[in-house]
Amino acid sequence: MNLFEIVDEIEKVDPEIYDRLNPRRAAIKNITSFGSKVAFAAMPFALGTMFKKAYGQTSTAGVIDVLNFALTLEYLEAGFYDKGMKTAGLVPAAGQAYVGKITQDESVHVTFLQGVIKSLGGTPVTAPTVDFTGGNNKGNGPFPTVFSDYKIFLAVAQVFEDTGVRAYKGQAPALLGNQVVLTAALSIHAVEARHASAVRKLRYDLGYDLNTRPWIRSTTTLGNDTGVAVANGNYAGEENVTQGGVNLMTALGASASVATASFDEPLTKDQVLALLVGSFIVS
Amino acid sequence: MKTELDLTTGGANMARRSFLRYAGTGAAAVAVLGAASCKKDYSERSNSNDIGSGDMGVLNFAYALEQLEAAFYLQVIATPYSGITTTETAYLTDIKDHEVLHRDFFKTALGSSAIQALTPDFSKINFSDRASVLGAAKLFEDTGVRAYDGAGYLIQDTNYLLIAGKIVSVEARHAALISNLITPGSFVASDQVDANGLNYSNTIAEVLTAANGYLKTKVTAPNFQYYA
Repeated sequence: MNLFEIVDEIEKVDPEIYDRLNPRRAAIKNITSFGSKVAFAAMPFALGTMFKKAYGQTSTAGVIDVLNFALTLEYLEAGFYDKGMKTAGLVPAAGQAYVGKITQDESVHVTFLQGVIKSLGGTPVTAPTVDFTGGNNKGNGPFPTVFSDYKIFLAVAQVFEDTGVRAYKGQAPALLGNQVVLTAALSIHAVEARHASAVRKLRYDLGYDLNTRPWIRSTTTLGNDTGVAVANGNYAGEENVTQGGVNLMTALGASASVATASFDEPLTKDQVLALLVGSFIVS
Repeated sequence: MKTELDLTTGGANMARRSFLRYAGTGAAAVAVLGAASCKKDYSERSNSNDIGSGDMGVLNFAYALEQLEAAFYLQVIATPYSGITTTETAYLTDIKDHEVLHRDFFKTALGSSAIQALTPDFSKINFSDRASVLGAAKLFEDTGVRAYDGAGYLIQDTNYLLIAGKIVSVEARHAALISNLITPGSFVASDQVDANGLNYSNTIAEVLTAANGYLKTKVTAPNFQYYA
C-alpha cells in the first residue's frame, strides 16, 4: 500500500499537505483501520474524499464570507421578529407562542453564526440598519403597516422565510465537502424551511391566504405563489420544472404545481442582496 | 453478502489501477480522477439493495428513503384514516405527489445505477388511525430531513448537492406541517431542533437502521459503514 508514498509525493509540491488534511491524524488513522473492515479497494475513493475535503472546498476566507452573509440575513430576520413581538397589539395572544418560537430560533442563529465565525478566526459583521416597510430607511416602503397589521406582518414573514431558505441553499455549493460548516448551514436551512412551512400554515389557518400551502406552488410562468406582486423577485426561479436534466412535467407527468412544490430553488448571494439592500437593508 | 463483496473487490481493483496510473502527476488531480473512476466502477447497482459508494451511493440512499415515503403516502391516500378532514386530505395528497415525484426523479436520474424497487413493511402502522398515521409520517419526514442534512457533506458534485438541497427544504416543510397537525406549534420542537436552532442530522447508518424497520427489502450501505 503506497498511501504514504502518495502523501510524500504531494508534500514535495505542497508542503502544507498535512495541514490541509486536518484533522489528518484521525483521517489517516481511520483509513488504516477501516481498511481491514471495508474492502481494500475502497481506498482510492476514501483518499479522494479526504483530499476533496482538503482541496475541494472554498478557502477559510470564502467560508467566513458565506457565514457573514448568512449572519446578515439572520440579523434581518431576528430584528424583524423581535420588533414584531415587542410591538404591543401586533401579535395576538394566540400567536405569541407560535411566533415566539421563530423569534427564538432566529436569535440563536445570530449567536451561533457569530460564534462559528470567531472560531474560524473571522470577524462577524455588525447588524445592518433596517427598514421593515421596505423603504430604505424612509419608513414608507411597500409595507408601511408591517408592525400594525398582523396580516401584513405575517406576509412579510413568509417572504423572509422563503427567501432565507433560498439564500442558504444557494450557498451550499460554496461549502462543498465541509462536514462541519456545510452540515451546520444545511441544519439552519432546514429550520428556516420549517419556519416557512409554519408561517404559511398560520396564514392559511387565519384565513389570510386560502391559496397558500406550506410549500411553494408555482405556475410554469410565475414562481411567486403569494399573490403579493412586489415579492415576485423573491420567488423568481421557483417556476423551474427541470431538475438534473429531467423535465418533471414532460418526462414524469407531474403537474406544474407538484413539479415546482417538490423542489425549492436557490438564490445567489447577488440575487438576495439585490432583493434586500436598498429596501429592507438600508444602503 | 459474499457475492457483493466479490463485486466490490473486482470493481475496486480497476479503480485502483486507474488511480495508481495517475499517481505522481499532481496532487488534487490524482484524487479527483481516482474518485471519479471509482465512482464509475461502482455505479452498476441495478437490482441491488446495496446503495453503492460515492455520489451515486448518496443519491441511492435518498432514492431508498423517497421510495419508502412514496409507498407510505400512497397507502395513506388509498385508505384514509377515520375522521380525516378536507384540509388534511389536501395536505397529504400534496405530500404524496411530492414524494412520488422525488422517487420517480431519482429512479430516472440514477438510471442503471439505481438500487432495486423496495418492498415496504407497514405492519406497525394502523392506517385507519390518525395518530398512528401522523406519527409514522412525522418519523419519515423528520428522518428524511436528518438524512439529507447528515449526508450533504459526503456529496462531491455541486449539482448533486444542490438537488439534495432543493429536496431537503421541501421535506422540512412537510416535517413542520405534520408536526403542526399532531401538536399545533410543534414545528421546531426540541426533539428535532437543538438549542442553537439547528435541525439535528443523522448518519447514513443511523437513518438506514430506522428505515429498514419499515422495509421488507433491507437496504445496505457497506461503503458507508452500514451492513443490513
